[in-house]
Amino acid sequence: MLEAVFYVFAAVAVVTASMCILSRSAMSAVLWLTATMLSLAALYVLLSAEFIAAIQVLVYAGAVMVLFLFVVMLLNLGQATTDMRGPAALATTIVIAGLLAIQLFALWSYTPARLASEVAQAPQLSDPATLFAAGQIARDEAVSRGVVGAVAVPLFQVYLVPFEITSVLLLAAIVGAVVLAKRRL
Amino acid sequence: MTDGMALLGPALGLSAILFSIGVAGVLLRRNVIVLFVCIELMLNAVNLSFVALAQLHGASGQVMVFFVMTVAAAEAAVGLAIILAIFRHHQSVDLQNINLLRG
Amino acid sequence: MIASRWVWLAVALPLAGFLVNGALALRRAPATRAVSIVGPGVLLAAFAVSIGVFAGLLGRPPHEPHIVTLWPWMTAGALRIDLAFQVDQLSAVMLLVVTGVGSLIHLFSVGYMREDPGYARYFAYLNLFVVFMLVLVLGANFPVLFIGWEGVGLCSYLLIGFWFTEEANANAGKKAFIMNRIGDFGVLVAMFFLWRELGTLNFAEIAARAPGALEQGGTIVTLITLFIFLGCTGKSAQIPLYTWLPDAMAGPTPVSALIHAATMVTAGVYLVVRTNVLFAMAPLSSAVVAGIGALTAIFAATIALRQYDIKKVLAYSTVSQLGYMFLAVGSAAFAGGIFHLATHAFFKALLFLGAGSVIHAMHHAYHATHSHEDAQDMRNMGGLREHMPVTFWLMAIATLAIAGIPPLSGFFSKDEILASAFARGAEMPIYYVYYALGVLAALLTAFYMARLMTMTFLGPNRTGDEERRHLHEAPWIMTGPLLVLGILSAIGGVINLPAFVGGRHALESWLEPVTAAGAAFARVELPHGTTELLLVGGAVLVGVVGLVLGYRATLGRRVATAREAPEEAGLARVLNRKYYVDEIYDAAVVRPVVWLSRVVLWKGVDQGLVDGAAVNGTAKLSRGLGWLGSRVQTGQVGLYVVLFLVGALWILRAVIR
Repeated sequence: MLEAVFYVFAAVAVVTASMCILSRSAMSAVLWLTATMLSLAALYVLLSAEFIAAIQVLVYAGAVMVLFLFVVMLLNLGQATTDMRGPAALATTIVIAGLLAIQLFALWSYTPARLASEVAQAPQLSDPATLFAAGQIARDEAVSRGVVGAVAVPLFQVYLVPFEITSVLLLAAIVGAVVLAKRRL
Repeated sequence: MTDGMALLGPALGLSAILFSIGVAGVLLRRNVIVLFVCIELMLNAVNLSFVALAQLHGASGQVMVFFVMTVAAAEAAVGLAIILAIFRHHQSVDLQNINLLRG
Repeated sequence: MIASRWVWLAVALPLAGFLVNGALALRRAPATRAVSIVGPGVLLAAFAVSIGVFAGLLGRPPHEPHIVTLWPWMTAGALRIDLAFQVDQLSAVMLLVVTGVGSLIHLFSVGYMREDPGYARYFAYLNLFVVFMLVLVLGANFPVLFIGWEGVGLCSYLLIGFWFTEEANANAGKKAFIMNRIGDFGVLVAMFFLWRELGTLNFAEIAARAPGALEQGGTIVTLITLFIFLGCTGKSAQIPLYTWLPDAMAGPTPVSALIHAATMVTAGVYLVVRTNVLFAMAPLSSAVVAGIGALTAIFAATIALRQYDIKKVLAYSTVSQLGYMFLAVGSAAFAGGIFHLATHAFFKALLFLGAGSVIHAMHHAYHATHSHEDAQDMRNMGGLREHMPVTFWLMAIATLAIAGIPPLSGFFSKDEILASAFARGAEMPIYYVYYALGVLAALLTAFYMARLMTMTFLGPNRTGDEERRHLHEAPWIMTGPLLVLGILSAIGGVINLPAFVGGRHALESWLEPVTAAGAAFARVELPHGTTELLLVGGAVLVGVVGLVLGYRATLGRRVATAREAPEEAGLARVLNRKYYVDEIYDAAVVRPVVWLSRVVLWKGVDQGLVDGAAVNGTAKLSRGLGWLGSRVQTGQVGLYVVLFLVGALWILRAVIR
């Protein structure tokens, strides 16, 4: 049942992503990408990352994509003028992206057991239950603290300094965006 | 063990496919905004890998996704501001018309 | 009486004089009076200190040199070098000679240089020179000696080129400096060898360790001594590096007296005596030293026969007499070498200063009549005895002394050298040849000195009718030092009277503690009885014959003035042009070096290889590579992405297997 749902959303994600890069106008590309993101959010729920799924919908599909749409409309790029490159670029694309896909697609056959044996590099330590005990602890946390609390504990304890640094990054991004976008300061 | 564990391999594979599609988009298109869209697609593909592996490694993977989203938001803000500035200068967002970095 | 530990005062006083005079030289106003007091004053004070140190040595046990360590100079691993002075019998003698003769020359300079605009600068250099000379003779180890060694080279450069506004003078200074550098290289190499073989550079330790550590007559000790001797040939103007000394007469005459008669040029002899144990252990090197000395003595004496510049004659005479000293130390007569060094300092300083007095008078005479004749050419002199009787009689004493006429100082020292060479002949027959050369050189010495005196002081005057009225004797400040030197030249022999006149070789026994180490390997037994008297009689006969011949040959001939003199011909021309050695060096060494430097090193290596290939080539290569790289920078982001992805794929290939 779960797998069936996964494959449905996976298919949706692949199709919408393909449409995104093939659609003629920027406007439709952005909209197709939004669809991809929403289907990814569904996949996140299946992979027991409910909080991330919510953030994906709110921040990505909501805020960021709206920003994209806003710029597209501001620049009045709604017309369907093609911007595809020529046949030579198409050939290059097929070669590079194909090679990349072939190399990365080997990931499909990974299972927790195989991953464990490769990480441990020894057959006797390859029991995924002991090797990946952190995953079980996180699930227990999610049960006791709730899904938000399970992410909040490492975020505000282990990753506190990077978290604070992202605030500086965002501030810099705000200043940079204002300086760049304004005609005259 | 949860049922999601069995989806580890397919989730990583899907991540690879989406990433490759993003790469293909970057290579195929000339419109800067579409390029940005493709980059977002690649970021999302990577996020999917993080989430899938977070099942094994604990919430750290999800925290990483959180950071990636933050960086993506900042990047989108600055990048789009740059696109605005370029458009004002060239009246175009076509990469072929933008070669100020020529050596 | 001053204890040995105050010996540093002897160096510090002239150094203070240098600083004061140097400061005065920088002032615009000439401070003639202050300079006249400070310049010679510090030297006289240093001489007083030297006498005190000498007196202090008399009361000490003779066999332990007193090392005065001022401060550690450098320490590196096992190498430890102190700035230390060694007070022993040898350095005390040198101290007395340098400060004593130096004082007289300083006093003379007061009169000679008074009207020169560079008066303060002159005395600053002169003081500094004495400082370095004292460091040289007092140094307790090779590096300290080397400070003085290089320092006197520097000062001689400064003093020879004192009148640097004329290019010939500046060139003479450079020539002296470069010739000396060639020799200094030898001393440096010898120092390196000594450090490797003996692990010390202190003279006392070298004398103690060398007999045990080095093989007698072996290659190492022969090499060391030959390299030391190379330094000596530079500093003491021996074949093949002697050519700088005659040119160095470009400096003021008192400088010639100080540097090129009394002090600096004797440094080589001093160094050989200081390291006498090494030379005594290397018979081959000793034979080379004596041979070069004898050859230089005869060679320079022949050149002196046909020179007309009064200072050039004396310059070649100095080279010749230095050859005598090396003949002595090469014959293991180390005390004899020092003996001749001392007496030569007396009579050669007297001759140079006397010549200075003559030149002073000639210069004034020509200056008074605005004539541009050469004030140093003997052909323009003649009959000066009537005008300058004091100078004449004192120079006559010096002439008799250098010719070896008893009982003057030169007789004893020269006789001892010839006797030593003769005595060594019993062991190595080659020394008989050296002896013969030495006797011949003595004959020539007497001849050219008689010629010099006759041309200058006797016969008719050739200066010119107008100028003759302006010729006059030098002032007392100049004749005073001459008088003192005249007395010393006459009686200087008493410091080392031989047995046949009732003496007991005082200097030789005084220096015995220093030469004892060498005497263990090579000892010269002077002949006694009939042989000795025959040798002495022969030497005196040679001197008298030379003087008479020189007098007769010069007085009998009419001498044309410099302006009217015809060009020399035949052998006389060869001698007058100094065997064309300068021209040969120029053709054989200087020009090939210049050609090599200009064509190969400058145009070829520097401009072609270094500039062209290395410097500009690197720049061109970088620019070319940069151009290639810039072709990739099309500004098209698409191309960048493709290249970036190709690289990413490359890395992925390695990560994912």
